[in-house]
Amino acid sequence: MTAPSLAPRTTAGPLRTVRDGLVVAERNLVNLRRTPGALIAALVQPLMFVLLLAYVFGGSLGGAEYRSFLMGGIFAQAVTFNASFTAVGLAADMDRGMVDRFRALPMPRGSVILGRTLSDLTMSAVTLTVTSLCGLLIGWRVEGGLAGALGACLLVLLFAFAMSWVGATIGLTARSTEVAQSAGLVWLFPVTFVSGAFVAVDSLPGPLAAVAEWNPVTATATAARALLGNDPPAALPASTSWPAQHATGYAVACALAVVAVFMPLAVGRYRRIARG
Amino acid sequence: MSAERTGAAIVAERLTRRFGGRHALRGVDLSVPAGTVLALLGPNGAGKTTTVRVLTTLLRADGGRASVAGCDVRDEPAEVRARIGVSGQYAALDERLTARENLCLVARLYGMSRGAARRRAADLLERFDLGAAADRPSGGFSGGMRRRLDLAGALASRPAVVFLDEPTTGLDPRGRAETWSAVDELVADGTTVLLTTQYLQEADHLADTVAVIDGGRVVADGTPERLKAAVGGERITVALTDPSADGAACEALAALGPYPPAADARAGTVTVPTDRGTRGLRDALDALEAACVEVRDAALAPPTLDDVFLTLTGRAQAPGAPTNEGRTPPRARRRSGAPA
Repeated sequence: MTAPSLAPRTTAGPLRTVRDGLVVAERNLVNLRRTPGALIAALVQPLMFVLLLAYVFGGSLGGAEYRSFLMGGIFAQAVTFNASFTAVGLAADMDRGMVDRFRALPMPRGSVILGRTLSDLTMSAVTLTVTSLCGLLIGWRVEGGLAGALGACLLVLLFAFAMSWVGATIGLTARSTEVAQSAGLVWLFPVTFVSGAFVAVDSLPGPLAAVAEWNPVTATATAARALLGNDPPAALPASTSWPAQHATGYAVACALAVVAVFMPLAVGRYRRIARG
Repeated sequence: MSAERTGAAIVAERLTRRFGGRHALRGVDLSVPAGTVLALLGPNGAGKTTTVRVLTTLLRADGGRASVAGCDVRDEPAEVRARIGVSGQYAALDERLTARENLCLVARLYGMSRGAARRRAADLLERFDLGAAADRPSGGFSGGMRRRLDLAGALASRPAVVFLDEPTTGLDPRGRAETWSAVDELVADGTTVLLTTQYLQEADHLADTVAVIDGGRVVADGTPERLKAAVGGERITVALTDPSADGAACEALAALGPYPPAADARAGTVTVPTDRGTRGLRDALDALEAACVEVRDAALAPPTLDDVFLTLTGRAQAPGAPTNEGRTPPRARRRSGAPA
């Protein structure tokens, strides 16, 4: 006679997905903590962008005024880049057989990906903190009060979470960690740079300006600046387009739309992974 | 005992699966009574791992049906996963987590609370002799320790059915012995076990039933004893004083019929199957004496699973496959004509 099974009978439902997602996220974070190299690289990257843009380009773009303008854009750009961690993290879990291990466990299909996006969301919070400290050192200040700062944080993190699901879809589609590494990174450059994150949208040539106007990165950066009270300097005039006029609402809507599209895509990819 | 434990714990009927143009499974039938061990025995590429992946819901079959612990693998995959433990061919551990953290992770994902998972992990670490290494990252573990940890993870929820895909491949003899005793303990607990192996000795040692799989089909199944009987009774092996007399010895033994003898020149032995036990042995020795062939030693032994495999599939295991472990006499690999 055997001792009774310790396994529960219910393995479905959104609550269980979130619960298992948190268990996986915790495991991911322990992993990250024990890989200091990756952690340092993840923190150095946004710092490098802050310093590059503030002092290499910033000098001819408006000096101190530009540095203050820059930070909203850097926040949006830095957390968007974190989507590449999601791609690489999931691809590495597949390569190492962890996904197979998870797939044989009675956990809901979405929780492995949710766990990864949640741990990367934590990473984005760290990125945001480190980037802000660096910003303070180069003269950027929060001028929109505590509520504004919190609002900006939440908005940027919501955007980070949305972009993470794009990274997840890429990571689960890639055939190897190496492919996920490059595929997970390459789309980030046009997406973050063809935007109003670092320059005035109107300064871009025609078609690029149109793309940049509607780019969610632009909206997130613009909304973050507004919430932080970092008014754009005269040399970098705010666009008068509809997305710029309704930056916060548009940014939130975009983030939700990205999640709505990429969550089922990523979960679908996960379901179809049948190797061997 | 619940109903699902009284009948067959694993049933597969006509399972088929194709990968591109390659037929990995061509209609696999299995039935494993609850509380027993089935060894799925076959060479690389026979369809062992594909069968396990279908039964553990990791892979969907193209055709046929299967149920595990009373649940259909296609229609109720979540229910199946809640009732099984799986240890893969390549131990899937998180190398940066310690042994304890790995087990806690798996236990929590089986739905246990943090505290229950911690207690279960401590039990398993003790049972699998991993206590001393419990808080070291598993990335530094030896092959045997990794396997033990993977096996412990498969048992985290005290599953009714456990799947072990090549649990001892690549292990040293000590690691293999440890894995074997773990399986023996599972059986003592009443767990149903399906294991795949290329090791004939392993199937013989561990399994109540052996299913020989080749080319995506089960080509034979039964108890190890029954399978051996199907190959034609026992084997007479005589060692010759003068190895060069093997030709004469074969001639003399062949005359006894119906099985053809086979010589192993390097070992200086001749082997012939017999259905007549010690009488067959006596007749063989008489025939050799009559032919003036001097015999140094003679033995009567039941056939090994190596013989079974050779007979059923018409070929020996791939050269280099670590199947014999020094236990099976060389004749199994050298015999020219196997009895039909």
